[in-house]
Amino acid sequence: MKDIREDIAWAKINQDVLKSLENPRKLYWWILAVALGMLGIAVGCEVYQYNVGMGVANMDNPHMWGLYIATFIFWIGMSHSGTLLSAILHLMHADWRKPIYRFAEAMTTFSLLTAGLFVAVHIGRVWQMYYALPYPNERGLWPNFQSPLLWDAMAIFTYLSSSILFLYVGMIPDLAICRDRIHAGWRKKLYTLLSLGWEGTDRQWRNFRVTYLTIACFLIPLAVSVHSIVASDFGMSQAPGWHVTSFPPYFVAGALYSGCAAIITLFIILRYVFRFEEYMTLPILKKIVRLTFAIAMVWTYLNAVEFASVWYSHDEASKDVLIQKASGTYAPFWWAMIFCGSILPITLAFKRFQTNIPVLFAVSLLLNLGMWLERWMIVAPTFSHGIYPWAWDHDQWPSFVQWGMVFGSFGWFTLLFMLFCKIFPSVSMYEVKEMVYHRSLHLKKGEADEQGAH
Amino acid sequence: MSKRHLLALFSNFDEAELVVQELRNTQINGFNVNDDMIVKSAIEHPEVEEFLGEKPVYVQWFTLFGALMGGLLGFFLISGAQANFYAQLKGGKPIVPLPPNFVLTYEMFILGGVFITVLGFLICAGLPARRSPLYSANVSEDQIGILVKSDEGASNTLKEIFSKHQALEIQEEAGK
Repeated sequence: MKDIREDIAWAKINQDVLKSLENPRKLYWWILAVALGMLGIAVGCEVYQYNVGMGVANMDNPHMWGLYIATFIFWIGMSHSGTLLSAILHLMHADWRKPIYRFAEAMTTFSLLTAGLFVAVHIGRVWQMYYALPYPNERGLWPNFQSPLLWDAMAIFTYLSSSILFLYVGMIPDLAICRDRIHAGWRKKLYTLLSLGWEGTDRQWRNFRVTYLTIACFLIPLAVSVHSIVASDFGMSQAPGWHVTSFPPYFVAGALYSGCAAIITLFIILRYVFRFEEYMTLPILKKIVRLTFAIAMVWTYLNAVEFASVWYSHDEASKDVLIQKASGTYAPFWWAMIFCGSILPITLAFKRFQTNIPVLFAVSLLLNLGMWLERWMIVAPTFSHGIYPWAWDHDQWPSFVQWGMVFGSFGWFTLLFMLFCKIFPSVSMYEVKEMVYHRSLHLKKGEADEQGAH
Repeated sequence: MSKRHLLALFSNFDEAELVVQELRNTQINGFNVNDDMIVKSAIEHPEVEEFLGEKPVYVQWFTLFGALMGGLLGFFLISGAQANFYAQLKGGKPIVPLPPNFVLTYEMFILGGVFITVLGFLICAGLPARRSPLYSANVSEDQIGILVKSDEGASNTLKEIFSKHQALEIQEEAGK
């Protein structure tokens, strides 16, 4: 089966993608309404927490990081999908990524924006957020530059701004198409402004190619550094369950894993909502599914490495945390994480499921549930069973405010993402044309060679 | 002498390539094939570079400059702040610790690299740009455009060459 038909007319590609900006299926509006409702719940929770104080989040000593930080890591992880599809696969010349990388890049940007919100919410006194910024002041105070938390802020800022630029630069040729084809109105003005007068000249394309490649080269180490630094927030402390050497690669693998699972979910949604069946094809879905399976196995392996190194380290406190995870209060969630993260992806190895959309949709959601549980299971058990015995009877169950905020973050992300897909082309028109062009050339060459052989 | 712009549209690259070859091989007074011709296309075509000849790209020099400046700026800003941060007790540890500072230097290296690369792209690609004197929306769809600028006397010869190679459309506008 072909990733994409070679005989799709270029004008049709423009037409199909531009149509998605105007006439999505009804489901689009339902998704938007539900997302807005979910966001409303989060806003309500934040207003309540803002007025009453952090106590309503049910965080205490030793449980200083609750669902907020667990969900922050989850969203940071989700952002790695864009880098994987856009940058890594771009450098590897995997051209099947072309119809789907744009929405993955958008996912990166919006999940980083969502993650950033959790830092603000977690601070409690959001109006003092600027304390974290390094700026000259009369008190002669600076943030602690040796703290992974500050590295985190800087890494996320770098990643967010670079991702936005990467997304924008890659979209300029498509914005020019929108400018040329959309009739007058606010959209026309927006596209005219954002396309910067792009006309597809040889000079523009030449510089565009080098720029896109260069930013892709920067984004790969950046993405790895971002999640390694998030891992350092935990790994550099002496707390049992966190002080593990394999944490940075474990976090990076987990990030790629949840990102890939989210790509499957959104692939299925966009394919239906925007009628992209011709571009988001089943063979491409199959490739993502296989990639997800491979990353799931890497993640499973790194999990096993972590358990083994804790078990054989003879560090009693760390071992106790591991035992607590498997048999204590959090055991159902920990086992659910193992099931969703390591057992369930085995279904992806079966050919019959690799293109079965209902199964893949359900599995991809469960994989991400597993990845979210993973983050929670990193944060909570260490706090409830740390080195000091006084903490051992302090199991914590997050309050409805925390749950509401987590729930609402999905609404916020979905809202931003769906609005983006309605305003900007979520399939890269020029790259799909390139894909079609190169494949048809390849086909013609093959036919000519065959005729020559005869 | 006033300059005249011509834009010819072609349905495929092979035809556009033949046109460029003919323009190169034909001596036309008032038209310089290297300076007065722009090829426009809907996708990035390696073939365009082949038939136009390799032209230098300078974006990577911006990248190098940006990355180095970002890294240096990051390191010296952090070190400068640490060296003046008397309120923080160091307990005998280095005032400017190199290993942890490397992390932020690395981030600033990338940040500077990306930002200045984009700036370099805008400068090198001539963006933001005003619309060319002649433009067709078909170029962003599926056609190849060849935009030439020539003296008025040369425009008839150019039009003949375009017509000979089955140009789908020839747009013409008098320059200033």
